[in-house]
Amino acid sequence: MSLDATWVVAWMTAAAAAIADQAPTLNDLDRAIGDGDHGENMNRGFTAVRDAVRELPDGAQPAEVLRASAMKLISSVGGAAGPLYGTALLRASDAVAGLSEVDSAHVLALLEAALGGIEDRGHAAPGDKTMVDAWSVAVDAARSAVAEGRTSAEILDAAADGAESGAETTDAMLPHKGRASYLGERAVGHRDPGAVSTAIILLAAAEAAK
Amino acid sequence: MKKLVNDPRRFVAESLAGFGAAHGDIVRVNETPAYVVRRALVAGKVGILSGGGSGHEPLHAGFVGLGMLDAAVPGEIFTSPTPDPVLEATRVVDQGTGVLYLVKNYTGDILNFETAAEFAQAEGILVRTVVVDDDVAVQNSEFTAGRRGVAGTVLIEKIVGAAAERGDDLEELAGLAARLVASVRSMGVAIAPPTVPHSGMRSFELNDDEVEFGIGIHGERGRARTAMAPADELADAVLDAVLDDLPRPAGARVIALVNGMGATPVAELYVIYRRVAERLGEIGVEIARSLVGSYVTSLDMAGFSVTLLTVDDELLRLWDAPVRTAMLRWGG
Repeated sequence: MSLDATWVVAWMTAAAAAIADQAPTLNDLDRAIGDGDHGENMNRGFTAVRDAVRELPDGAQPAEVLRASAMKLISSVGGAAGPLYGTALLRASDAVAGLSEVDSAHVLALLEAALGGIEDRGHAAPGDKTMVDAWSVAVDAARSAVAEGRTSAEILDAAADGAESGAETTDAMLPHKGRASYLGERAVGHRDPGAVSTAIILLAAAEAAK
Repeated sequence: MKKLVNDPRRFVAESLAGFGAAHGDIVRVNETPAYVVRRALVAGKVGILSGGGSGHEPLHAGFVGLGMLDAAVPGEIFTSPTPDPVLEATRVVDQGTGVLYLVKNYTGDILNFETAAEFAQAEGILVRTVVVDDDVAVQNSEFTAGRRGVAGTVLIEKIVGAAAERGDDLEELAGLAARLVASVRSMGVAIAPPTVPHSGMRSFELNDDEVEFGIGIHGERGRARTAMAPADELADAVLDAVLDDLPRPAGARVIALVNGMGATPVAELYVIYRRVAERLGEIGVEIARSLVGSYVTSLDMAGFSVTLLTVDDELLRLWDAPVRTAMLRWGG
């Protein structure tokens, strides 16, 4: 099975709905170890993305939908999350440039490129208690699924499960990046809000492929 | 909590509009996206651009003008601006010789200015970025996002702005800014927390007998919560922390800034300055120039910070060079 631009549109639309639904939870997580506005910022950004992808012309390619979404996130989220998610989707767009359909190998390439963009932009590594902890487990899971010859939808399912378990591992971590890092030990026991929003977004990608 | 606010969501925009109306001879305020540019841009001069969350006024817009910044890009309260207003301000000030970004070290600011710089470079505009991280309160900076950029920023903006005005090129200015960052240290104390307009809530709670020592400028926590003490004791504690960390060659001279956090009377700042000057005199550090006032604030937080910048003759000449901005003006 291949995924076309309607999948990307459905992904962004589902992500917007899920983020809106869980914005209060994201705010609460952020209030514990940040400044309490992650849900509000992500909701503003994904609402803008949802509206933007509706306006795209029929026949737009997956890369074009990803790029338009990236630019909306960059211009409307603010804080650290805007450039991080925006760069992720820009790189994801580059990974599928020119394709009208995304096959299983390119689903993996898309996820790997997104993680690479976040690592380059934020200079965070696994274990730093950031969204990288969700993305990196997601990409590993997707890679295994590709090696097992799974379908695109199954690969996205694996990535979504990986992101969820990766987010859970941030509870026990000491933060080394962002405003949470100033809290040191006081942040242990709290889940990273960016890792949680990553799990929400990757679950939306999997749901949209069904 | 009583505040001079109409609609909290319009607070930053209304404040900027008032700033533009009051200082229209020096700056032009663009409403959407929000940025402040110097009215008289100089052909061929490297642009100096800074910005960051609002709530630190007069930083940065108050320092746009001759001999200092060409543009300031304010975000929402305590929130970095997104890349697009930074990019648009960059296009406006670029004279073909490039633009230097002076960015305070906060993750949101770094990521948004870095993204703007990449977009600008993709359009053929030369951009260099220098990150200011003068706050000695942050310890074990290797394991955190690093030291924060605080009041030392205003000294760097003044000196780099003067060097740009005399015609230094982008590489020279980036080098000068990096040298200044290496030579400046700050530390602050809060005796009362700020109140954020849109929430109406205090950023933290502080009892009457407590101070937050090593505070940042967003109401984030400091190094320690300690007992309230007479002004001289607070001044000594802050100055000692700064001196411990400041690179000082023998016979070093400094520019000393005693900065108010927003709700501290100037008279109290002079009480602190008196002690700082006395202590520096005792240990043989000459204060070559001084600045006392509320320049880098945290809304209505009460407290002060002390900044020392080690200087030589060249840096003093740049400090003394003419400046004409809303909040700092001399010479010329």
